[in-house]
Amino acid sequence: MSKEKFSSRRKFLLTTARAAGLAGIGALVWSSMLEESTASSLILRPPGALPEKDFLKTCIKCGLCVSACPYDTLKLAAPGDHKPMGTPFFDARDIPCYMCTDIPCVPVCPTGALDEQSVSTDGELDINLSRMGVAVIDSSACVAFWGIQCDACHRACPLIDEAIIIEYDKNERTGKHAFLTPVVVNDVCTGCGMCEHACITEKAAITIIPRDVVLGHAGSHYVKGWDKKDEARIKDATGATTHTELSKQSALDSLNDDSELY
Amino acid sequence: MKYLISRRITQITVMALYVAANVWGLKILEGNLSSSVLLGTVPLSDPYAVLQMCVAGSVITTDVLIGAVIIALFYGVVGGRMFCSWVCPINMVTDAANWLRRKLGISHVQKRVYMSRNLRLWILAMSLVLSFAMGLTAFELVSPISMLHRGLVFGMGFGFSAILIIFFFDLFVHENGWCGYVCPLGGFYSLVGKFSLIRVKHNVDNCTECMKCKVVCPEKEVLHMVAKHSATVTMGACTNCARCIEVCDDDALNFSIRNFIDKK
Repeated sequence: MSKEKFSSRRKFLLTTARAAGLAGIGALVWSSMLEESTASSLILRPPGALPEKDFLKTCIKCGLCVSACPYDTLKLAAPGDHKPMGTPFFDARDIPCYMCTDIPCVPVCPTGALDEQSVSTDGELDINLSRMGVAVIDSSACVAFWGIQCDACHRACPLIDEAIIIEYDKNERTGKHAFLTPVVVNDVCTGCGMCEHACITEKAAITIIPRDVVLGHAGSHYVKGWDKKDEARIKDATGATTHTELSKQSALDSLNDDSELY
Repeated sequence: MKYLISRRITQITVMALYVAANVWGLKILEGNLSSSVLLGTVPLSDPYAVLQMCVAGSVITTDVLIGAVIIALFYGVVGGRMFCSWVCPINMVTDAANWLRRKLGISHVQKRVYMSRNLRLWILAMSLVLSFAMGLTAFELVSPISMLHRGLVFGMGFGFSAILIIFFFDLFVHENGWCGYVCPLGGFYSLVGKFSLIRVKHNVDNCTECMKCKVVCPEKEVLHMVAKHSATVTMGACTNCARCIEVCDDDALNFSIRNFIDKK
């Protein structure tokens, strides 16, 4: 095609299409990099951290929390850590959070990505309110569940007998010993990781996992009838009572039916 | 050489103060280039990072806002795009690459790759669109500048690979490729610093048209008046690096305070 045939309109359209195409490539490559770099959900954040999605947009990655941490618990994610770059995290097995009562890492945060409110009651800092994660026990690797006496995690827990309790059971195998097994109270556990740090097995049998990754949610339609506080939720509930008609016939038929039971 | 030495001293001092604050608890300048605290009181924040946070939908605290305003005012009123050549640690990487490029004469064997200076502004715009769409700070999560300054203060990881990419990009792909064409932070500061006071001024009466300044300048377009007429460099892209002043043997280029009232 000769040059003259390119009218100015055609030139304009081609230039626009090219610019749009280049912008598209750029946006796709860039956004997939961002998706990839923020994909990991198994990250333990400092005390008082906002929910991960808000945390990612609010943290300015200045590292003031990291500098403030007296135990070198907190680190800033560097390339190769496979975590959103520059954001603070900790590895509980390596160095757990030692639960400083003055929480030096939180008030220094300039952006509020570490929220002072979430770790204080009536303006007083309270580290026990932090929810960095929750401890999960692998009962097949934990030697206490084998019947061997170990309460390293229970002893290490800063909320001993509150966040980790010991349950007793008899050991049928020997007939004369007891199981003393650790149980995590999910509502109380702060996720500091001192249990994971203390765990005596080669790879820790108790691990801190971000709460939203591992904790379930029963849904609001389940009410604990034996719990006064939970029962109060339906105090003002109205609405019709529903009755499902039971069909006796179909129940009988199902027994005489040849079809499989599934 | 005096400007080159003062630039290196400034760049290294800023990074050293951050390292000292993190490693030895010397509380003069804490944090890093994204956000820091000067002398334990004055907040300083990267206005481009804060802009991305705004667009991403984060609630901006007063501390960060004040910090960003202080920095934006400083470069906007006084320094221009000075951040790039006086503070940014990447500058030492790209200066090294471009010095080596000149020494080896790579520009002589390489076909010119066309890139528009406006690329950085497009990247800047795209970073804001992506920040908005994804609710993330799009550039901050991939920025090699942050990888380097954060790496120096808090541990490098594989951050050096990004630095090598920039080094080789500037050395083999495009002269001043990163700082002059790609970096959206440079683009941001060239917009912010458009009306700043400290400026390079050209005096055509002294000029012998040797053109050394244009060879050494990383943003050649800003020196369009050289050998033509006396004028102040007014384009925001000028980083006030003073390489042109140092290379000029004829006193035809110097720093001056911009005169807004009496044009030219």
